[in-house]
Amino acid sequence: MEKQKLSFKVNNDEYEVYIHPKTLLVEVIRDHLGFTGTKRGCETVSCGACTVNVNGASVKSCSVLAIQCEGMEVTTVEGLEKNGKLSPIQKSFLDHGSYQCGFCTPGMLMSASAFIAEAKDPTKDQIKESIEGNVCRCTGYNSIVRAIEAVTQGKYKEE
Amino acid sequence: MINDFHYLKPASLKEALAMYAEHDDCKVICGGQSLLIVMRQGMVTPEYLLDIKHVKELSYIKFEEKDGLRIGAATTHREIEKSDIIEKKYPVLVAMEEKLASIQTRNWGTIGGNIAHADPAGDPGPVLIALNAEIKFGNSSGETTVPLDEFFVDYFETKMEHGDLALEIHVPTPEPKFGCAYQKFNLLDSDMGIVAAAASVTLNADGTCKAARIVLGNAGPIPLRVTKAEDLLKGKKLDDALFAEAGKIASEDCEPVADIHASEEHRRHVLGVLTKRMLKKAFEQAQKAA
Repeated sequence: MEKQKLSFKVNNDEYEVYIHPKTLLVEVIRDHLGFTGTKRGCETVSCGACTVNVNGASVKSCSVLAIQCEGMEVTTVEGLEKNGKLSPIQKSFLDHGSYQCGFCTPGMLMSASAFIAEAKDPTKDQIKESIEGNVCRCTGYNSIVRAIEAVTQGKYKEE
Repeated sequence: MINDFHYLKPASLKEALAMYAEHDDCKVICGGQSLLIVMRQGMVTPEYLLDIKHVKELSYIKFEEKDGLRIGAATTHREIEKSDIIEKKYPVLVAMEEKLASIQTRNWGTIGGNIAHADPAGDPGPVLIALNAEIKFGNSSGETTVPLDEFFVDYFETKMEHGDLALEIHVPTPEPKFGCAYQKFNLLDSDMGIVAAAASVTLNADGTCKAARIVLGNAGPIPLRVTKAEDLLKGKKLDDALFAEAGKIASEDCEPVADIHASEEHRRHVLGVLTKRMLKKAFEQAQKAA
């Protein structure tokens, strides 16, 4: 099957890759571009470890054809830091101990950052709902919810 | 592993319909949140994949008081969930979307894809049928509109033939004194329903029941209407005893299968309870409605 060209932006850089149309977004991100922060978990749209943001909206990259992202802007966990400084949500995760094994963390951070970008003074329940698509088997979620809450309360500023 | 396929990317709806007519072994992808899973399992192995995600003509939400609500097939679940006009006029649709899979899936998956996939456990089917919705689909030679409760044929089968694309969901403006409620029973919010029930109630000026719809999700091969229970309610002054009776009929007039999540007996019981509760909720909304 012939390869096709995919032009899109990942973490603010332009990329052109030649891929089979069946290639999944997670495969392009990890195997073609080398952004291995994004994890492959269940590969059945269940666990959320592969979450990246496409045009600002979170998606599960194990279940998106990469070719459908032509012309779009993808952000992975590597794209959250600015000028070598961690983003507010990353700093907050560190301070609140919001991870143990760390496998779900990149996906959690992407869901959380998409939520924080549009949430106005959210309730605790809304924060919990914002990570409904991400499974964590270590923390019990409370430390993650506290970390997101701290950012939405303005306790962390962009550096 | 997904089988190889040729990727077709039409620039317009017209081109999409022409491409679909030309290619025999062809499947349509929009968000692919259902399709890619079965393709990965090797259950669906098309030679051609027609991508309509970027066909702008199919992505819209329009509302007019006279005409009602029209949603383009390629509109994402998230766009419906976040729509102010839908929240105002059809709050049950927003409530349903908020519990449909996860945010990530709603961001990419589409309403037309969900309906065309025709999984009887899907959430939009029962709610839209309770809202009297119809669906427009078409091919390169014309369009057809059918009531949504006549659209589903069997597990993963609809009235659409090869070459037909789902185009638009139309939900009429609710009559005065109308209420509609939906709930699914599951263990995790973002899971599919083990079973689900949608109910709508329209009242006459004197408070008696003008019309009612009861639609069960994951209770058979298609979203199931319980017409026997609907007929029981029509013309009557509604009360808890009638809702309980309707629930009993619903638990009998369905064909749920047993699986790892629940036995058939348990499913029937929960369908009865949900039917009773959704009817009551719809009835109370109708009483308050203008």
